[in-house]
Amino acid sequence: MKGRLKGTLALAACAAAAFFATSGTALAQANEQFFPVLVYRTGAYAPNGVPWANGYVDYLKLVNARDGGINGVKITFEECETGYATDRGVECYERLKGKGPTGATTFQPLSTGITFALTDKSFTDHIPLITAGYGRADSVDGSVFGWNFPIGGTYWDAADILVQHVGKKLGGMDKLKGKKIALVYHDSPYGKEPIALLQERAKTLGYDLILLPVTHPGVEQKATWLQIRQQRPDFVFLWGWGVMNSTAIKEAVATGYPREKMYGVWWSGAEPDVLPAGDGAKGYNALVFLAPAGKGAVHADIVKYVYDKGQGTGKKDDIGEVLYNRGMVSAMFGVEAVRKAQEKFGKKPLTGEQVRWGLEHLEITPEMIRKLGMTGFMEPIHTSCENHEGAHAAMVETWDGKKWNVVPNSRYESDMKILEPMIRASAAKYAEEKKLPTRDCSKEDGA
Amino acid sequence: MSIPRYAPVAILGVLLAAGLVAPLATGETAPGFWVEVLIGGLMTGVLYSLVALGFVLIFKASGVFNFAQGAMVLFAALAVARLAERMPVWAAVLATVAIMVMLAFIVERIVLRPLVNQEGVVLLMATLGITFFLNGFGQAVWGSDIYEINLGIPREPMMVLGKVFEGGVLVNRDDIAAALAAVLLVGALAVFFRRTATGRALRAVADDHQAAQSIGIPLNRIWVIVWSVAGIVAIVGGVIWGGKLGVQFSISQVALKALPVVILGGFESVPGAIVGGLIIGVGEKMAEVFLAPPLIKAFDLAGGGIENWFAYVLALLFLLVRPEGLFGERRIDRV
Amino acid sequence: MFFRENGQFKSTYRADMQLLPIVQDRWFMLGVIALAFLAVPFVATDYLFLSIINPFLILTLAAIGLNLLVGYCGQISIGHAAFMAWGAYAAYNLVQRVPMLNFLVVLVLAGLIAALVGMFFGIPSLRIKGLYLAVATLAAQFFTDWIFARVKWFTNYAHSGSVSTAPVTLFDWTLDTPRDKYLFLLGVLIVFTLIAKNLTRGHLGRAWMATRDMDVAAEVIGIRPVYAKLTAFGVSSFYCGVAGALWGFLQLGSWEPLAFDLNLSFSLLFMIIIGGMGSILGSYLGAAFIVVLPIALNQIPRKIGVPLSTAMAANVEFMIFGSLIVLFLVLEPHGLARLWAIGKEKLRLWPFPH
Repeated sequence: MKGRLKGTLALAACAAAAFFATSGTALAQANEQFFPVLVYRTGAYAPNGVPWANGYVDYLKLVNARDGGINGVKITFEECETGYATDRGVECYERLKGKGPTGATTFQPLSTGITFALTDKSFTDHIPLITAGYGRADSVDGSVFGWNFPIGGTYWDAADILVQHVGKKLGGMDKLKGKKIALVYHDSPYGKEPIALLQERAKTLGYDLILLPVTHPGVEQKATWLQIRQQRPDFVFLWGWGVMNSTAIKEAVATGYPREKMYGVWWSGAEPDVLPAGDGAKGYNALVFLAPAGKGAVHADIVKYVYDKGQGTGKKDDIGEVLYNRGMVSAMFGVEAVRKAQEKFGKKPLTGEQVRWGLEHLEITPEMIRKLGMTGFMEPIHTSCENHEGAHAAMVETWDGKKWNVVPNSRYESDMKILEPMIRASAAKYAEEKKLPTRDCSKEDGA
Repeated sequence: MSIPRYAPVAILGVLLAAGLVAPLATGETAPGFWVEVLIGGLMTGVLYSLVALGFVLIFKASGVFNFAQGAMVLFAALAVARLAERMPVWAAVLATVAIMVMLAFIVERIVLRPLVNQEGVVLLMATLGITFFLNGFGQAVWGSDIYEINLGIPREPMMVLGKVFEGGVLVNRDDIAAALAAVLLVGALAVFFRRTATGRALRAVADDHQAAQSIGIPLNRIWVIVWSVAGIVAIVGGVIWGGKLGVQFSISQVALKALPVVILGGFESVPGAIVGGLIIGVGEKMAEVFLAPPLIKAFDLAGGGIENWFAYVLALLFLLVRPEGLFGERRIDRV
Repeated sequence: MFFRENGQFKSTYRADMQLLPIVQDRWFMLGVIALAFLAVPFVATDYLFLSIINPFLILTLAAIGLNLLVGYCGQISIGHAAFMAWGAYAAYNLVQRVPMLNFLVVLVLAGLIAALVGMFFGIPSLRIKGLYLAVATLAAQFFTDWIFARVKWFTNYAHSGSVSTAPVTLFDWTLDTPRDKYLFLLGVLIVFTLIAKNLTRGHLGRAWMATRDMDVAAEVIGIRPVYAKLTAFGVSSFYCGVAGALWGFLQLGSWEPLAFDLNLSFSLLFMIIIGGMGSILGSYLGAAFIVVLPIALNQIPRKIGVPLSTAMAANVEFMIFGSLIVLFLVLEPHGLARLWAIGKEKLRLWPFPH
């Protein structure tokens, strides 16, 4: 009895000591800009989370190694594992938000669920959230969502573009009347986000929308695909993440649904999504917005300055994958926002509030994209206080069994005539629920 | 009391049978498609049965409600997939068998032996601890990407019975292979339990721990054997599941799907695990495909997805009629 | 030495039955409460409040609720996060649809709604027992996950199924800083702890414990199982409902059904088993352990300078967490509360243990 007690007490003491050793951090005032990195390298979503995180971190390393930081301000960063779980994400946020001389620059959680939770905190903490290609669709409205930046596209854009593409394939949007579109979606805020837009479009275009939710993590889709076999939709839109994507393609093979009629969102169109399905994935389509697969000048730099010095985060062979590139471009947004904000506030470590100014005045022209070595990997971006998105175009790509090929003439812009009122209405509803004040953007930009 | 004892069972049976054929009766469903759903449900049920089988074996012999069965399936599948990158599949499977036996030894020594005679819920929590450990350990050793187990079965579906049903019935070859493997496994287990001395000892332990011990059956060794057998069942489940959908962390979630199966079939019944698995598999697929659409229409729901709770509700219905599960042993409470 | 209760004589039944019969215990408890109200708010950082202390307070409340059911009444539930979800969504709808209600009223109503749902899902306990019941309670978990994801009315037709709330205002006190939230949560927790403690000492608690120890025997001595089991489910769900509402409004701010998933249910079970079943104190200790452990494990490698990759650190965290759970169960299956009791007993005899 006594020995047992002692053992347990010692254990508890160790745990307690270890814990108290963790609180209390020394803050050194230094010429550094701190980038928190929320990642998931384990768990059900790791196959997709890892390449994104590698791209993100490699780009930050590149800026340090090649340019000596952002105009001389060195980048520091720290990873925190969220496991794609909202509560862990929030804990990581709280842990990292105060680090560095000026606190966290910007958070990029790569999870719509975590984005929803952090949006809440942004109003008091004043740290911008960049959600390039995910997050809340209505957060385009900077007058309500002062701190969210869904740069480059939202799910409403994606859904709208897919509808346009299949409409064009049929030979005109009016041909969509009476057609059936099935949305196979991850049963989470991420997957539910496009529903509102697809329903809105269904009203005017007259197609039938079939909603087929897939429970997290998405390995059990037999019933979903049986329903597809029964209802024989003309198109399947896939809104999956992680293992759900490859499972969906495999089930499509098993139920004999043609892959050519399947269209994934840009998060369902990377290598880990199609490779496990082998040959069965041939002909599968997906959207691509920022950064298709491939390499450009910036990749050569990453190899030269980071990997050749043994500093690489992942495997050298994986550079240039879709999600790697997307992580890289996402990091670039943060870096460029800081650079822009330095023009106004000086070349020193900046606070989140100052970085936001940079994000709201981001202007990435084709010329600049070339300088960044990212020609062909992204659309020009132009943001403002009213429009936190900056661009809303995407292309369609097809998997040929070995690599992704962009479909010729498949660049679309989402129809802002439809999206704009939806965004404003949804943002207004959010502001009312949260009792939030709205900003007057006409005054902000002048100041 | 004029109601016969079997009346509730009979009523439930009639109700379920009616629910099963109801889609056919409405005339909106093609019979061929109905058969496809039935087969899909049966095939899913086979996979559930395989996981449930592991549960039952362990519960029978050691009274432990082994939540870690799902993690064991994941661990086994990961091991086979990663080892198969370096050696032929059969060698990888053999190596994994060795690993699972080792795991059984460790679990028995470190977890089971010190926790003998604890309450059921404490043991259950201990297996949850094992689950955490195995999930972390598996990913640390084998990685957390999606891995392949290639069994060399073509994936393209085939059409059969084109003459009986209009448009034929879609069947997958890997499903058939899975069903065959399950049948073989159950057969092998039956032989093991009936014909070998160890098997007889196992059954004795399952019947009465104390009596078995008093006639000289070593409990600890039996536990190791049972956990090893459960580990081998996990390998079979993991290879089939992984061969179908790829090996990834998410596999450990299948344990949750096996839970309604074991309460429906009874914690201590091997036939219960198999019959229960098939009932749950068919029930949830049928419900999802035929019951969800009218529900969505009636209540303006945002999509179906009822299969997750339907399995539990189905199991609950059975439990209300037979509180020890379909094949469980009737308990008599005495003061 | 520290616990010399010589000379403390109880001359009335009242004195004999009070909550803390020993003088030192009373002072100790007062000291802890004073410390919690007066010292902690000035010492703790925002990070401590938001990531550790506030979650600890809320989850303790939920753990007490679950403990009333599992520890006192012997009915195992693996699906208790579901009742937290009911409380959270009930509170959300009350605030949205009846905005004039005071938040305290909302809390109580949310708890009552959760209690009703809990009693409904408790009905099978009248027929199903033990581990069968435990698995059957998962039905509540999955059904709840499903209903809040699917029935649009519950989420006020939010297009992504995620709901968000405004900061809570009590009379004129807006709970927007972590410290305000902490003080409010602390107050709520103390009140509910007192209620729980007294419930378990009263006839209701005795009926539960009799049912736990042997339900057939309890029935024979005149305790109706319907009454004992359903009240346990009701009260327990009430606690979890209140905790869920607090979790939603004061911890998360905006949430989706996944916030109350099976993992949370498991965590609650871990708390009461590591802490000690059938012990209110155990709920506190267990909640503290389960809230702090993963966060501490996650940060230790970096703090002590072990260069582990993020993935490896996360995997190691899983492994250590699992091992510690097993280790604790092996070393002390009756939980931390039992350790506390043993420690107290030792101090009482110290320095003359024999």
